[in-house]
Amino acid sequence: MTYRLRSGASIISGLNLQVPPGETLVLLGRSGSGKTTVLKLINRLLEPTEGEIFVAGRPSRSWDPIQLRRGIGYVIQDAGLFPHWTVERNIALVPRLERWPEERAQARVREMMSLVGLPPEEFAGRRPSALSGGQKQRVGVARALAADPPILLMDEPFGALDPITRADLQKEFRALATRLQKTIVFVTHDVREALFLGTRIALLNQGRLVGVYAPAEFLKATEPEIHEFVASLEAGGLREEAQ
Amino acid sequence: MTWYDFLVQNRAEVWARSVEHIGLVAASMAIALAIGLPLGIAIVGRAALRRWVIGTANVVQTIPSLALFGFLIPVPWIGGVGASTAIVALALYALLPILSNTSTGIAEVDPAVVEAARGMGMTPGQVLWHVQLPLAAPVLLAGIRVATVLCIGITTIAAAIGAGGLGVFIFRGVAMVNNSVILAGAIPAAFLAIAADVALGLFERSIARR
Repeated sequence: MTYRLRSGASIISGLNLQVPPGETLVLLGRSGSGKTTVLKLINRLLEPTEGEIFVAGRPSRSWDPIQLRRGIGYVIQDAGLFPHWTVERNIALVPRLERWPEERAQARVREMMSLVGLPPEEFAGRRPSALSGGQKQRVGVARALAADPPILLMDEPFGALDPITRADLQKEFRALATRLQKTIVFVTHDVREALFLGTRIALLNQGRLVGVYAPAEFLKATEPEIHEFVASLEAGGLREEAQ
Repeated sequence: MTWYDFLVQNRAEVWARSVEHIGLVAASMAIALAIGLPLGIAIVGRAALRRWVIGTANVVQTIPSLALFGFLIPVPWIGGVGASTAIVALALYALLPILSNTSTGIAEVDPAVVEAARGMGMTPGQVLWHVQLPLAAPVLLAGIRVATVLCIGITTIAAAIGAGGLGVFIFRGVAMVNNSVILAGAIPAAFLAIAADVALGLFERSIARR
């Protein structure tokens, strides 16, 4: 799978990036670096001004955008759950849009709920308003995985959670990603999260790609922008030692 | 003779005028909804168009009702004396609350939810029907409620151009200088307005709870 895109309007400039199947690529960057824009370009919520994006070897422009999106799981920061639907209906969204037989859709919902650690008998009938932040994100992940898409886009999915819940979900998600072998593009501004979850880390700065490294090399990379991120990590470590 | 005695003695006519009144309101609300809902949806996210449409509806709203009825009488095709002119004028009044509440209701739906819906592969029609409209329903219904109550009130004036309704008693009573006759129109009209307000309010709350 290849993404190539170039937008003149400087949100993303001259980005050339490949994500091989089964990889978790983390897009790391500060706010406004264009990380979220890259995700929206992949599922065609936005269209590149210049250049091309290839999804599964096909130019994304040649896909029907609706079909493309149904084949790409999408998880966003506040989960974006439908507040007027139960957990069950939220998770069954894409299977039902794709007109799966009802029994298969329901079986799939139960399977997904168990996968993300939410007992169906307790949570299936709840509204999102009756869930904690961590539970909402679990539902968001279950909804994204429900139709078994080969690709998953995650936009700071754990960003709004408390540190302990976040650590739990990160651990579970890493195990899940290894097991499911999905191609994942994961956006975050948290360098620890990037190091923990990424097969590779791509640092974006003001719409430009600074570098792409595996976590071990990322720590040793010489680019000043990357160094800043790594230094912030060390400063955090020092503070923890001092306490 | 008190207004109550008059009401009882003339119950057949009061009933007929009430039915007429409700018919005028129903017809004008049907037109206002048929125009206001799609137009309200169409102006979401189009700031210039929205300003223009809401602005126009606002101007219509400021015309005194009796004057609007008067203006419409000479208009060919819809005009003349009678129910059709009244229905057009009433529909114009009902338009503003429906338009503005439809567009604000939809615009206020959490953008994250709409983005998730689009990102998961819902078509624009599915996003509107399954996400935006249900979530905007309480605001939308509040607009319909305001419009209905407004319409029931203004319909009493429609009697002045021969459209019938409970206003007939009010104008007759004024001409006869007879308070009982005025009240025989005014009280049922007020009752209709309150009943509609309460009923739609309950409906609104049951929707919001779901």
